[in-house]
This record gives sequence, structure tokens and C-alpha cells, in this order.
Amino acid sequence: MLLFIATPIVSVTVQSMFTPHEAVFLTVETCTPFKCTEETTIDQEATAALRAEQPLGRFVGLDIYLDRGHLAISEVGEAWASSQNWTEFLASLSNLPFYRAMSFTLVFIFTVTPMVIVLGLLIALAVNSIYARLRGVVIFFSLLPFVITPLIGALVLYWMIDSRGILGNLLQWMAGDPSLSLKASTGLMWVSLIVYGIWHAAPFAFVIFYAGLQTLPQDQMEAAQIDGASRLQRVRYVILPHLMPLVMFVTLIQLMDNFRVFEPIIGFNAEAHATSLSWAIFNDLGGETRQFSSAAATSVITIIGVAILLTPVLIRTWRDFRRKV
Amino acid sequence: MFVRKLVLAGVMTVLAGTSAMACGINARVSVVGNEFPAIQSVGAGAQECSGAEVTTNLTADHQKINVPGMQGNPAEYTSAIIANSSIVALMNEDVIRPLDDLVAKHGKDLKKNQLVTIDGKVMAVAFMANAQHLVYRADVLKQIGVEPPKTYEDMLAAAKMIRDKGIMANPVGGAYKAGWNLAQEFNNMFLGMGGSHFKSGSAQPNVNNEAGVKALTMMKSLSEYMNPDFLTHDSNATNAEFRAGNVAIMNMWGSRAATLVTADGVPQEVVDGFAIDGPMTAGGGAIPASTLWWDGWTVAKNISDAEAESTFIAMTHAIRPAILADSDVATQAVWLIDGYKPTPAAVGVFAAAEANTIPYPMLPYMGLLHTALGNELADFMQGKESAEQALADVEAAYVAAAKEKGFL
Amino acid sequence: MASRAQSLPKGLRIALTSFIVIWLIMAAFPFIWTLWGSFKVELDFFSIADWTNAITGARTEETHGSPFTGAGYHGAWVEEGFLRNVINTFIVCFFVVLTSLTIGTLGGYALSRSGYRYTFWLLIAALIFRAMPPITLVAGYMLPFFQWNVWGILPTTIIVLVAINQPFTLWMLHSFFQNIPKELDESAKVDGCTQFQAFRHVIIPVMWPGVITTGLFSFLLAYNDFAVTAMLLAEENRTMVPQVAAFLGSTYTEGNVMFAVASVVSATVPLFILVMVFQRQIVSGLTAGAVKG
Repeated sequence: MLLFIATPIVSVTVQSMFTPHEAVFLTVETCTPFKCTEETTIDQEATAALRAEQPLGRFVGLDIYLDRGHLAISEVGEAWASSQNWTEFLASLSNLPFYRAMSFTLVFIFTVTPMVIVLGLLIALAVNSIYARLRGVVIFFSLLPFVITPLIGALVLYWMIDSRGILGNLLQWMAGDPSLSLKASTGLMWVSLIVYGIWHAAPFAFVIFYAGLQTLPQDQMEAAQIDGASRLQRVRYVILPHLMPLVMFVTLIQLMDNFRVFEPIIGFNAEAHATSLSWAIFNDLGGETRQFSSAAATSVITIIGVAILLTPVLIRTWRDFRRKV
Repeated sequence: MFVRKLVLAGVMTVLAGTSAMACGINARVSVVGNEFPAIQSVGAGAQECSGAEVTTNLTADHQKINVPGMQGNPAEYTSAIIANSSIVALMNEDVIRPLDDLVAKHGKDLKKNQLVTIDGKVMAVAFMANAQHLVYRADVLKQIGVEPPKTYEDMLAAAKMIRDKGIMANPVGGAYKAGWNLAQEFNNMFLGMGGSHFKSGSAQPNVNNEAGVKALTMMKSLSEYMNPDFLTHDSNATNAEFRAGNVAIMNMWGSRAATLVTADGVPQEVVDGFAIDGPMTAGGGAIPASTLWWDGWTVAKNISDAEAESTFIAMTHAIRPAILADSDVATQAVWLIDGYKPTPAAVGVFAAAEANTIPYPMLPYMGLLHTALGNELADFMQGKESAEQALADVEAAYVAAAKEKGFL
Repeated sequence: MASRAQSLPKGLRIALTSFIVIWLIMAAFPFIWTLWGSFKVELDFFSIADWTNAITGARTEETHGSPFTGAGYHGAWVEEGFLRNVINTFIVCFFVVLTSLTIGTLGGYALSRSGYRYTFWLLIAALIFRAMPPITLVAGYMLPFFQWNVWGILPTTIIVLVAINQPFTLWMLHSFFQNIPKELDESAKVDGCTQFQAFRHVIIPVMWPGVITTGLFSFLLAYNDFAVTAMLLAEENRTMVPQVAAFLGSTYTEGNVMFAVASVVSATVPLFILVMVFQRQIVSGLTAGAVKG
């Protein structure tokens, strides 16, 4: 088990610090079905000799992390020096792939995560208070967006929000603007992705919270009722504290999953408007010439990013853990 | 030239008659490639061989698996089916072998122009050609009284007339999906405007110049007449627009022409009005704003000579002239095979070849520039930045990637 | 709880009910819509000409003489042999669930009874494993798998999916076993049972809710995976999700989009059944403490 995960993590870290050798070029005659031309190709013998000498490639340290495709240190420095004000600086920052990806990812995380928790909690409270006989049906339908394959779920919604799709038309009608298209505007595309994110993850939060509500200590509820606590106060002072560990759990999972947001971007064909680090890795590996070192560096950055995001939650868990021991 | 050679070859084949060949091999053959119908036919052809096992893995993800699948020793795949864009990855990693001796021994049915030679060595055998060219609705153009456009400027004028007359709101189609497709449309337009992707003889990018700006400006003007969602439309979505009767003129792949209007439920006027022509020029240039493509197969380096020979025999068998006897197979592609008679759907690709369209550049670093173009041009198409800024971003992104790969 | 439901004031009850109804429409409508659309032709489903076509099926009627057609299903199941992908998916899911649960139950039980408090470190391991984007893991696996000649086959994919999922399974089951009082197995041991017998006779009968919940999560992971299965399986071993992606086509080739829609609906059916059968267990499993950390 460790072998399968630890080895790739180590190899990815190593790979992010090595790049292929300098290519030795040759100009040769190349003939295709159409014509013959002088073209550049790689001198395989010279390259093979270089490879035999240093099989891992050139050691470049953190160069890849700092280049334009990642943290872009020198570009950020230039932008800082040449910008008159913050708006200008942020605009040139958002022109760099890493910061463009981060801006969407952070907005996505910090809207989807709280919304999922709030919506999940509301559904759980609502379902918990309806007639027991209806609950089965409601839970069944509520769980569907969560169990559905993410790629398929994203595709289904993407088909519906097309400007000729049913939701697209509905929105055009509601906005009174027949040329409105969700896919053509960056802002609306972000909204669609966020709505998809909430739609997909809210049932997960719901089912966890609903399970938590089943173990709600009845004596406390009754005591609160006798003390004259209103419905809202009971939610605030009895139910929420009881569910707090579960809220932490859902937050943990959500932060992590949303940081790696990927399937909706592919499913919604949203590359022009929104990217993420996982998408950048996919893109590096998907071209005609694959950029392994670049993908590896982005992966390491992803892991570090998740670690940073989770630190507050982990510190809290660690304290709880110490207290229990 | 190209057409005449093909026709001549066709006549010769008819005279020679088709000899039914048996295909016997004695070592394993394993093929990886893309999954479109013409390649499915080639894969099935290779599997007719007997004497040893022939397996195929035809998938859209073939580019992600062919290099690792041929790097091992012995290699998992003995042959990879590739195009002029993707052979470069195999060449860069040195995983395919020269085929001269095998061509001399078993390649009597192959024509000279099927052999892709690099530095005098045969590295691949091409079997089909492709290019993007004009697809239009003859009935709509007749209604506005214009000839099929020969230049992109004519296309814009026709689009304006169609919109002004209220026939269609967004009459132009284009596979402008951010990423690979958008970059490919830029390549077409850029070459048509007289651009050249790299500074001569080096890996230095050369797109941030007048030709680049003109290409982007033309693309932007065209996009005004496209569906507002154009940045999410790949060639499949663009074809769907055409089939629904929303698009009257577009630049589309020749390989799609044969089946464009055969789907279920296409309105009759679209089926009747469907027509194709050669690629258009742009900016007063003489060379069409398009690229020529070929698909072919290679043989792995890290396999035994017996396996290489069996692979060569099986793959040659798969593209023997006799496969064209099946009329379905004959319409699947513009075949480069001896005896191919062009179908009406092949007119556009032939016109492209005759007009000296530039082949897609077969350079070790072209893939990186293509990726950079695909990622950085979307901002310009959305009007978020100037053409110069977008092209400067492309060059910067490319330079970072090329440095990483050791090309600069 | 029923008593509480009846005691709700009328206004609140109406608000709650309408909230639930709106949520249910949001949750279920996309599925109903896709099911309806899967019996149309492509031009109707995407309603490129006019959005009402998706409801009335105008083009479908023109082509097939009725507003509904099974052409997509016929194409996917008969022409393209979607059954093979279904079987592959179930083989992968079965073995992933079986392996994860076997290791997870034995390991989780052992850890929970070993005296040390592993919870935190297990959680950290599970988190690191989950944080890793699967796509990079897969890119790293490709070359060695080809060299060992194990690429493209189902067992390799099963092992990789188990590896990705195992720490999480272990953590969930471990937390679950911690909530089963130790006095249970201790009293069994007093009665002369060995540790294993205690597990066999005392723990197994009470562990099912937790195991089922954990098993469901493993199942969903294996069933829904795209990154691993798309890259590690050869064409003939493809599971459903990569096959759906293949139906959608690529730049070079016309996809058969209605085959994709029909297979999307087909791939969703088992999930419906699963949720229908196990929803009670999901809730009771979670209630029993699997997520209490």
C-alpha cells in the first residue's frame, strides 16, 4: 500500500527537480506524402550519450517551480515593478497560468464549501422534521447528485445549461435577454461551476448531518424545551454543538476535494474561463509533447496547497486527539 | 501533381488486378492508435493475419500511452498509428525504428509517396491524408447570390449578408474550443497570412509579429458571426450546429465530410444543400489558410527483428490496395493507397494538396507551441487583452516549456 | 421524531415542505430530463434548432416515426457491446470492495485494539493519499506497468484503486471499531475465546452497519473513477465511465453522442438501485459512528 502511494510521491518530487537533457538538433531532409523539406530533428546518438551519462536528466533544483508556468517569480516581480496600482498588478497576475488557476480555485473553495455545509444542514434539518414515512423517498432522491459519476453529472448539467438547453432557455426567459449564454461569459461560467459543485456535494453533507441528527441526545433537547428555548435557539445551542465534529469532517473533505476541482472543468468545457491546478497537470500531460517535470511540480504544489488549507482543521483535530489521550 | 500521381497509380492497379494475398506471420503484433473508422479498418485488417497473435488497442488516449508503451524493452506495442503531429513524440524519445530493409523486402505494394523519410531513413508508412477546408450550404449561398468563398474576406462578407437578410443569426461555424482546436485554427490562419512558427533553423518562437496579429484579428472578426459559445465548440459541436441548420459556412476537417449529414434527424434542406470546396486563403496570401495532415504507422525499436518483420507484414497487409474494394472502407478517408479513386467527399482535401497547402510542421518542439497557443489565445478571443499581449503570452509560455524540455 | 413533526407550526411546516420540494426538483430533475432525452435523436436532445424539440421530439418523429426511439440504447448495447464494459465495471467494483473491506476490517480491528491511538496518524495518511491528484499518480505508474507487462489489465487497476482508497477505508473502519466497546471481546476472552475467535463470534455480528457504509464508499470510488480507469485500461477492458467518454468522440472523429447519453442512463441505473437498497444502511452506518473520528 505504501509502495503504491509513497513511491509515486517520491518519484514525482524527484521528477519535478530534473528536466530532460538539452536537445541536440540536426537539420535533415524530411519527406512526407506531400513534399520534401529541410526540417529540424533531434540527434538521437548525441542525446543517447547524454542520457547514458545522467539517466535522470539535468538537475535544475527549484527552477521549474519558479518558471512562468508555476510560481512565475520573475514575472510577478516585473508586474509588481511596472504596475501603478493594485488593480493593474492583479490584472497582470491573472494573466499567469498558476495565478489564474489559483484565483478560480480559491473562489470555488470558499464559496462551495460553506454553501455545501449550510445547504446540507438545512436539508438534514428539514428532512428530520417531515413525516417519517416520506423520509425514505426524500433521502433517495437527495443522494442522487452525490452518487452520480462526477464526469457524467457535469455532462448532464452542461447539456442542460446550453443556451438552447432547457435551463439556458429558462434563464434567458427570466433575464429577459434572449442572447444570454452561460458558456460565453467568464462570470456566469464560474457561477455555473460553483452551482454544480454545490449540487454535487450538498447531499454528502446532508447524509452525514442527518446521521448525526439521529444520535441527538433527546434529554438535552427536552431540557432545552423545558427551559423555554425557541426552535432557533435549540438549533443554535444544542444541535449545532452536537454536529460540530461532523461539520469539521465535512469541511476537511470538502476543502481537499474542491482544491482539486477537475471533472466539472472538463465536463463543462470551461478551459477558456476557469482552470485549476489539477487541470494544469492534465493539460501538461495531454499535449503532443508531454511535460512531465512541469506536471510533477504542479502536483507537489497541489499537495503543499492542500496541506496549507488543512492546517487549521488538522491543528484542531490534533488538540482533540491529545485531549482524548 | 498529387492528384495526377494518384490517378495514374489507380489505373496501374486496375491493370495489374488485385491479387488476394494471404497474410502469414510468426511473431506477436500489437498495435496502438486512435479510434476513428479508418483506423478501425486498418486495425481489423492487421488482425486478419494468422500464425501469431495480433492485438489492437485503438483509443482516443493513444497519445498518452504510445510513448510509455514503446519505451519498455521489449516494447508492449510493436506498432503505433500516428499523424504528422504525433510522430514527433515517438521520434523525440527514439522508440521507432527505420524501415528501409523491411520496405525493400515486403513493401512492393507501397508507393514512394507513402514512405515518410527523415534523414533518408523511412520512419513511417502513411496511408491517409487530411486537411481542413470549406464546408457550406449551397442553397443558402444561392439565396444571397454569392459564389462559395475563396478567401476568408469573402466568407466574412457572405456571413454579413446572411445575417442581414435574417436567414441565420450566426452563420459561421468554427472549431474554436479553447485548447487544441483554437490553436489549430490559429495555425491555419497564421500560415495563410504568410507566418512561420519558428525563427528559421531554431526553436525560437516567431508568432508575435504582423502575421500573428492579422491572423488573430481575422479570427476575432469571424467569431462575431459565430454562436457566442464558440470557445466551447470543438469540431463535433460545430458539425452539430451545421446539421441543425444553424451554420452556413465553416472550415472543417475533410475526414468528416463523408458522414457530416448522415446522422439521424438531419433536416432535408441541410442534406440537400451540403457542399464542400477547397480551403480558403486569407489576407491576400496565395497559400491556403489550412494545413495538410497524414496518418501512418510506425514500427517499434525495442522489439525483436522477427516481431518487427511480422508487424510490417501485418500492417502492410492492412493497407493493401484490395481493401478499397469495400465501398464503406473507400469512403472512410482520403487514402494514399495505390488504386484509391477520390470520392466526392475527398474533393476538399485534394484541392488543399493541389493549392500547395503547408503540411502541419513536423518539428520536435511544435507540440509545445501548439499547447501554449491553445492556453493563451482564449483571453484575446474573449476581448480580455490585445492581440499583441496574447501573442507575447504565447511566446513566454512556450519559452518556459521549451526550456524545461531542453529545446532552448 | 414523528411527534416533533406534528408539533411544528403550520407556517414553518409549509416553508420546510416547499424547501424540500425545491431541493428534490433540483436533485432529481437532471436525471429525469436525461432519461427522457435518451430516447430522442441527437438534434432533439441538444435541441440545437429549438428547445421545445427536446420535449416533443420533432426530429425524432420525422426520422423514426415516433417521438421516442431506442436507437441510442440499441447502438450502445447491441452494436458497441456496452455489456462488456458493464461486466468489467462490476468485476473491478467487486474486487475493489472485497479487498478494501478485508484489509480494512482486519486492519481496522487490530489497530483499534492495539492500545495505541492511531486515529490521528491514520487520518493524516488518509488525507495525504487523498490529496494527491490521481492523474499524477497514474502518470507515474504508466512506465513501470508497461515494463512489467501488467498495463491494461483489470487486476492492475483494481490494485491501484484499492491502494488509493485503502487508508480512508482503514480510518473509517478503525473509528467504527473503536465505538464497539472493548468489554465485548474481553468478556468473550474470559469465556475462553482466542482473540481471533472473539473477532469471529463477537465482533462480526455487530460490525455490519459500519462495513456496509465503508463498502459503499469504496464501491462509489471504484464505480465513478475516470482518471485511473481511462489511463490504465486497454480498450477491451474498459469500464463504463471511460467508454462513455469514448462515445463522445474526439477532435478527429465523430462521437456517437446518443450512444453516450444512453450509456450514461444505463450507468446510472445500478447507482439508483444501490441507493434504494442501501440507503437505510448508509444512514445507520454513519449513525453507528463511522464518521465520528
